[in-house]
Amino acid sequence: MNVQAWTFSLVAASFALYIGIAIASRASSTREFYVAGKGVSPLANGMATAADWMSAASFISMAGIIAFRGYDGSVFLMGWTGGYVLLALLLAPYLRKYGAFTVPDFVGDRYYSQTARIVAVVCAIFVSFTYVSGQMRGVGIVFSRFLEVDVGVGVVIGMGIVFFYAVLGGMKGITYTQVAQYCVLIFAYMVPAIFLSLMITGIPIPQLGFGGVDQATGGFLLDRLNGLHEELGFAAYTSGGKSMIDVFFITAALMVGTAGLPHVIIRFYTVPRVRDARISVGWALLFIAILYTAAPAVAVFARTNLLETVAGQPYAEMPDWFKTWEGTGLISFEDVNGDGLVQFVGPAATDVSGAPVTNELTIDQDIMVLANPEIARLPNWIVGLVAAGGLAAALSTAAGLLLVVSTAVSHDLLKRGFKPDITEKGELVAARVAAGAAVIVAGYLGIDPPGFVAEVVAFAFGLAAASFFPAILMGVFSKRMNREGAVLGMVAGITLTAGYIVYFKFVNPAANTAEHWWFGVSPEGIGTIGMLVNFAVAMVVSRFTAPPPPHVQRMVELIRIPKGAGTAHEISA
Amino acid sequence: MTEENPGAGAASGRGASAEAYWSRNLRYVTVLLAIWFAVSYGAGILFVEQLNQIRIPFTGFPLGFWFAQQGSIYVFVVLIFVYVALMNRLDREYEVDEGEVE
Repeated sequence: MNVQAWTFSLVAASFALYIGIAIASRASSTREFYVAGKGVSPLANGMATAADWMSAASFISMAGIIAFRGYDGSVFLMGWTGGYVLLALLLAPYLRKYGAFTVPDFVGDRYYSQTARIVAVVCAIFVSFTYVSGQMRGVGIVFSRFLEVDVGVGVVIGMGIVFFYAVLGGMKGITYTQVAQYCVLIFAYMVPAIFLSLMITGIPIPQLGFGGVDQATGGFLLDRLNGLHEELGFAAYTSGGKSMIDVFFITAALMVGTAGLPHVIIRFYTVPRVRDARISVGWALLFIAILYTAAPAVAVFARTNLLETVAGQPYAEMPDWFKTWEGTGLISFEDVNGDGLVQFVGPAATDVSGAPVTNELTIDQDIMVLANPEIARLPNWIVGLVAAGGLAAALSTAAGLLLVVSTAVSHDLLKRGFKPDITEKGELVAARVAAGAAVIVAGYLGIDPPGFVAEVVAFAFGLAAASFFPAILMGVFSKRMNREGAVLGMVAGITLTAGYIVYFKFVNPAANTAEHWWFGVSPEGIGTIGMLVNFAVAMVVSRFTAPPPPHVQRMVELIRIPKGAGTAHEISA
Repeated sequence: MTEENPGAGAASGRGASAEAYWSRNLRYVTVLLAIWFAVSYGAGILFVEQLNQIRIPFTGFPLGFWFAQQGSIYVFVVLIFVYVALMNRLDREYEVDEGEVE
């Protein structure tokens, strides 16, 4: 079978599986729709969280980004895993004990304030939409490359699937579909990684393989890659080029942002007990770590293969994958010096006489994982498998995000906001309608992405770091934190973060260089400063205003102790 | 953890017992987060250059690079499981655990 036939059958089989699971686990109450009836086992929740978390960015883009940035790519590896330690130690058990349905629920009740609730709802919706449009783009890339259908048709098919199981099954349907999607995506990621590791180093474990000996030359693979980099004028792979302070702040913003992302947090509402919430964060990170520790290995294999296959070779002899991806516009080559060779070089490249060499090849880093099996000439079924895995990653994350949007509308805005007398049945209808509408908006963003989608991803983490994380953390760990402090803290953190990003990304992009940044911190890392400002403002303001009412202080005491989580579901303020 | 258990037998975590439980929890969290910081921000970022001078024996990994792309993640996973074990024991000790799911 050829690549397309394999891809078609594997993708169709995985979609049939998701739909089957969705039909078997329909939601019949708001409790099932929002939090899967709080009956999910910790192991299943860990797996679902891992699938929910690992998006098209983790599956498709991350190894490519690392391959192109080397050490600098570590910010994503540490940033997107370290946040789970914060979640397990500082947030998840307490939010589960409180037993609300959504993040704005907790923020609104803990700070006895409708304003705090609304600020949280707006952030949750904004963060989720930013994120979901990236997923839809991933779906579009996979469809257009592997099934050779139009990007728009691909997105519509993806939307149809998500619509089916998110709208029908709510959290319950999503959870069990995500368990299946995790299995599909991790298998699809690890099989080519193991193949590559065996081919290049003879070691079947990729995490060890990339520190091993390269069988072609007999030296260590990393030494060989650093050597190739030096030869071609790139910065050394294992050192990187970003300033230390920027790496520090970006890592922190990603970690804290991860811990504050609403679609991740709500997953820990779905387990029966507080202790289950703690351990399911552990399972989640374990399942995530399998992919995240393999990604830097894949990056090294891909980078080495790419440089070997392409750099300095005649354009006329480029392999098939090069031509296919050129057709999608994600690879572009311009023979600047007219010698018919592909000059793929870094900024410091020179020829034998010492004259600078111009780079002639542009490769979109998103294609590295997808093109990897072809670059390494792996069998066709593996190429198809990677396509199915990429779709599983994108769809599982999209579904989780859409659920946040729908609960924000039906629960936070209607039930707890403008229309408190809504019936259970009415709320469920509203949740489904909102999920449906959100799928359509997300699909539109995927088909016709506004140019700034990639630019606003920094927003999602920055805002989550500057708003939710401090608000929830202080809500649990400081009994003295009151409404005034929390609201002003969030507003200050969000304003600063959003202002900084908007200024450098949209108002004055020309000034987006290290010498104009505050303390050398890029817009990607500003969420960390936003978070610190949030903490500082909240502390100061709360000292000069009235302490929270006694029933709220009592609520904080109760949150801190696991006992009673099974019975006290909604401790309403 | 050989110290006397002040909270055993006290009812449902009120008053002094609840405070003792909470301060033990805070102590665990502080220690574990210090390790969390050391392996990622410390070994993976602040001291990465110095550690890169060292190579993990029999591999091609410079130590700082390895911490940034592998080691920190392994330690994160272990930290969470250690916290779970410590807290489950603490919950039983202070009798604030939740029992089995019905």
